[in-house]
Amino acid sequence: MLKQLEGSRAVAEAVALCRPEVVCAYPITPQTHIVEAVGEMVREGTLSPCEFINVESEFSALSVAIGASAAGARTYTATASQGLLFMAEAVFNASGMGFPIVMTVANRAIGAPINIWNDQGDSMAMRDSGWLQIYATSNQEAVDLHIIAFRLAEEISLPVMVCMDGFVLTHAYERVDIPEQAEVDAYLPPFEPRQILDPAEPVTMGAMVGPEAFTEVRYLAHIKQMQALELLPKLAREFEARFGRDSGCLIQRYRTEDAKTIVVALGSVVGTLQEVIDTLRNEGHAVGVLAIRAFRPFPLAEVHDALMHAERVVVVERAFAIGQGGIVADSIRKALQGRPAPIYTVVAGLGGRPITQASLNAMLHQAMDDALPSVTFLDLQTDVVERALERERSHRRSGPVAEGVLKDLGVKAMQYV
Amino acid sequence: MEKPFAITLDPGTSLSNHTGSWRTERPVYVHRLPPCNNGCPAGEDIQGWLFHAESGDYEKAWHKLTENNPFPAIVGRVCYHPCESACNRGQIDEAVSIHAVERFLGDEAIKKNWAFPLPVQKSGKRVLIVGAGPSGLTAAYHLACLGHDVEIHEAGPMAGGMLRFGIPQYRLPRDILDAEVKRILDMGVTLHLNRKVENALTAMQEGGFDAVFLAIGAHIAKRAYIPAGAAAHVLNAVNVLHDLETGEKPLLGRRVVVYGGGNSAIDVARTAKRLGADEAVIVYRRTRDAMPAHPSEVHEAEAEGVLIRWLTTITQAEEGELTIEKMCMDDDGSLQPTGEFETLQADSLVLALGQDVDLGLLEHVPGIEIEGGVVKVGENMMTGCEGVFAGGDMVPSERTVTVGIGHGKLAARNIHAWLNGETWVHPPRPAIATLDRINRWYYSEAPKVVQPELDAVRRMNGFEEVVQGLNADNALFEARRCLSCGNCFECDNCYGVCPDNAVKKLGPGKGFEFDYDFCKGCGICVAECPCGAIDMVPEDI
Amino acid sequence: MSHQEVKFYQTGTFTVGNRLLDPEQRSVQSTEERTNALNSGHRACQGCGEALGARYAMDAAMAATNGQIVIANATGCLEVFSTPYPETAWQVPWVHSLFGNAAAVGAGLAAAMRVKGKSDVRVIAQGGDGSTADIGFGPLSGMFERNDDVLFICYDNQGYMNTGVQRSSATLPAARTSTTAAVGKRPGHQLGMGKFVPEIAMAHHIPYVATATVADLRDIEAKVTTAMSLRGARYIHILVPCPLGWGSASHDTVRLARMAKESGLFPVFEARDGEVTDSLKIRHQVPVEEFLKPQKRFAHLFGKQRDEEAIGFLQARAERNIRKYHLLEA
Repeated sequence: MLKQLEGSRAVAEAVALCRPEVVCAYPITPQTHIVEAVGEMVREGTLSPCEFINVESEFSALSVAIGASAAGARTYTATASQGLLFMAEAVFNASGMGFPIVMTVANRAIGAPINIWNDQGDSMAMRDSGWLQIYATSNQEAVDLHIIAFRLAEEISLPVMVCMDGFVLTHAYERVDIPEQAEVDAYLPPFEPRQILDPAEPVTMGAMVGPEAFTEVRYLAHIKQMQALELLPKLAREFEARFGRDSGCLIQRYRTEDAKTIVVALGSVVGTLQEVIDTLRNEGHAVGVLAIRAFRPFPLAEVHDALMHAERVVVVERAFAIGQGGIVADSIRKALQGRPAPIYTVVAGLGGRPITQASLNAMLHQAMDDALPSVTFLDLQTDVVERALERERSHRRSGPVAEGVLKDLGVKAMQYV
Repeated sequence: MEKPFAITLDPGTSLSNHTGSWRTERPVYVHRLPPCNNGCPAGEDIQGWLFHAESGDYEKAWHKLTENNPFPAIVGRVCYHPCESACNRGQIDEAVSIHAVERFLGDEAIKKNWAFPLPVQKSGKRVLIVGAGPSGLTAAYHLACLGHDVEIHEAGPMAGGMLRFGIPQYRLPRDILDAEVKRILDMGVTLHLNRKVENALTAMQEGGFDAVFLAIGAHIAKRAYIPAGAAAHVLNAVNVLHDLETGEKPLLGRRVVVYGGGNSAIDVARTAKRLGADEAVIVYRRTRDAMPAHPSEVHEAEAEGVLIRWLTTITQAEEGELTIEKMCMDDDGSLQPTGEFETLQADSLVLALGQDVDLGLLEHVPGIEIEGGVVKVGENMMTGCEGVFAGGDMVPSERTVTVGIGHGKLAARNIHAWLNGETWVHPPRPAIATLDRINRWYYSEAPKVVQPELDAVRRMNGFEEVVQGLNADNALFEARRCLSCGNCFECDNCYGVCPDNAVKKLGPGKGFEFDYDFCKGCGICVAECPCGAIDMVPEDI
Repeated sequence: MSHQEVKFYQTGTFTVGNRLLDPEQRSVQSTEERTNALNSGHRACQGCGEALGARYAMDAAMAATNGQIVIANATGCLEVFSTPYPETAWQVPWVHSLFGNAAAVGAGLAAAMRVKGKSDVRVIAQGGDGSTADIGFGPLSGMFERNDDVLFICYDNQGYMNTGVQRSSATLPAARTSTTAAVGKRPGHQLGMGKFVPEIAMAHHIPYVATATVADLRDIEAKVTTAMSLRGARYIHILVPCPLGWGSASHDTVRLARMAKESGLFPVFEARDGEVTDSLKIRHQVPVEEFLKPQKRFAHLFGKQRDEEAIGFLQARAERNIRKYHLLEA
């Protein structure tokens, strides 16, 4: 059914359609609206049976989810940013144990400095946690991917993180098609756990594994996650057959067939990029966009195939590995190993900075001229950072960099006493 | 269930990890000798029979008891219970009242007509027993149990020996005595009364016996020289008590003085009170501490109004009065006359100065050694003459009923072995279960049950038993006060406190077993065993 | 008390079993049918109080629920010594997730059981004092506050023993640990108050809070049975001596637990809805020294010069407990 909904509400309705049995909630912006809506549905009784548990931290949110999943319940939670990091220990644990929990990450920057706005630094920090990570480019995709995610998680017995850009998607009112319950039920069968804590068949879960088997455990975890590279497209095809939308492939190409320049991105920026690409195409430039939906497991082969004919690749990243460079770009490099085409990293939209079509357009013109530095911070206020760096050079102790930059920006952030 | 590799495991698989290899010491179950058993002259397995009494299985307890002693109803009344003096519980609160439970079992047996099991096989051997006192009857019982034909020749008119002629009825009712004697005779033991054996060897040979056990006791009253006028009324304790038993009421008068400090002196004094004496005075040379009579008897006598003159001798007896002299004890403990004399009114004087053995029946028996008026026997209770065994008061010993019973048992075992051409060897004695091995925490606080006693007025009205028995309830309570020193009583502590489940429970009555595959040797079971029935021994490494 | 009052049966209820009792009066541990939830072959140290306490409690819970329990276990000694691949000593459904989240995992298990209509399956979460009082304290408090249907059992050995005997907030004052060395002006752990979780649990007004020691099996069994008869958040705190961390003889494990209780240093009580309802009385009172002396972690208190300040501090704490919990009969 087509509805005009806030992204969070749409996701909440999608989650509810998946009939989660245990939902744990701990508030953190910008994820709050999702669990609030789920909680309301549980209270109303429209989502039943379901245990909605208000926990005291994200660490407990995921821990409760782990317990519920161990007992064979379909389990859901959502978080963002600091919350994801606060539950980090449990994040790794859930995947190590193979519990098919689905978690929404409403992508948000990580402090310090504390920042409530969108970037993907949070989920990227958890990219090696053993979870599957899929990134929605739109709210419709976010809706669809949650339904696919439950199926994926439970078939492969691994947890899945569905990442959607905070505010940009979570708080955006868009028209989305919310599937019918019967259709979802037909697509997503009841949860049949691979392993379950059951007095009828006692097992020990979470044994201590030493050097004699730890490598094998990790190897198997890798193999298991890699199976999603086949499973996810299969589930997406099934989804498309039933719901008439392609929402779940590993990657999504947009005008890449003959493109000399291909922009790679994750999440909501893909929509903006598509519009920029349309403009550039109208101007006669052979450009396209490759959206990566599944970042874990990383679809090396598919990415390779999509990019192999490009003369250059521009990776627009909403996160950044300090001291190293682009996170996604690294994987692209790996996919294109041996090919001479230059790969540019463009860091954009950190901490909620808008990514404008104008900036993207300008940046892509530079790229097409191969005049783009290998790492570019889009819309970086160079004068501000230059002044900060100058201060650094002249005064060994010039206070926190952030403070200095804010001063330069004319913002009085804090009154020193 | 699809279990992920290594992370999810099947239950209880740790059994393949044998932690027993960590051990440097291993626990082992032991049986230690409880101090009560060690102290019992009759060699009873007191802890053993209390174990059954604790569960209320009195018949089993009685059978266990009578494996060693056929007279629980008697001994439970007359024994001075050295077992209780040794009882570890005595150092915690009060000793277990073993004699009271024993008496209860004996009385139950009489009430319910429990009988001794008869031997499965007869040996074909015949044994003569001379004397139907506690020692002789006990030997007869054990020998009969072992399948031998036993014949008792008793010089007196009734069986029982000193049980009948030395212990007054108020301490041992005669129906009790008769019942326990009868039970032995019911096993097929032949008793000939009024048959005095003149020559032990001849009696054995002529009667066609394979062995003889002499247990004639000591019933000749000792005498002391006391200058006495012709009209002085002087008697002896043996005769007084004997006459009383045979129905001849001794004439003691209103004021009776008893001379001596043993149990017989007490018995006579208490008897005199019961016969109507206004005054019964015991004159004893030494102090209370030195008195051989059992303190409980002294206590009871005093409660009945018997007076005792300590440190006093009798120097002269005349009609109606005695002259007594005060004594004093000098520094080295020897008695000295003080020269202070006094007159004591007395209608009669009863001498209770001990008894001698009538050794006439051994006069012509070769190899016999007499020393200090008693017959020497070897460790096997045999006299210097082959096949002639002796025990009880006629051999060197502490002259108590229970010692006599012990002799009877010991003699029977040796006679049995000797008849088979063997030597009986006492099984090795385990180490004593000392109090330091007891974990006192585990025992409930429980004061001893006090046996009711007849009130003083009723005591004086006759020979009714003074000390009353326990009932089934308090006998059970009292039995359960036993600490079971040194012997497992299946409290399950070891089974419970093992952090490694390395103790196997074998079921009721079967105890426990260590599983050395898993026992790490921590020793908690040893520390927490209430009764000290587990030892820790070094492992051979 | 939760103690079963029996007539005088030689040993009353002090021993594990008693052949004189009726079968229905017998302890779970005395039966051959007990679960042995924590089976032989585990790798706990010799004389481990925690291994003992865990089996006591879990077997009792199994008996009380007709075998319908699932367990969430925190990281720590109990987890490490019981489940090294490829062997587990657990014979009951058991899951280990993390050090600090056992209470939350338990809450999740309980939620799952409730939503699946398997309310007969009861949830126990358990861990050591570190995972209870320190790292897992937040999730524990959350579980209490939500009144989740979970029994949390803390096996308190007063320190981080698995990592090499470091101080926890449950470590006794003056105790020597790897991080409170017995050197300097004030050797051993500071003479502070520490954290007594049972009282904090009571402040949540949850249906049931109890303490126990491995020295009193009957008490543990009675309390676990009571706990399993109730719904909602329940907490049992069991003192489990650690020979390694306490520097005590392996055979003294039960005795030391007993001394802790008999000195008053460790009060054994139970509370309903935040109020103390009963306490286990001291039978033979001993000074705290009796408890302290056999332990090497307190050896510095009894050196050439006795540390009267520390001994006095602990004795005063014992006396405060005696007053507060009425540990001596009037």
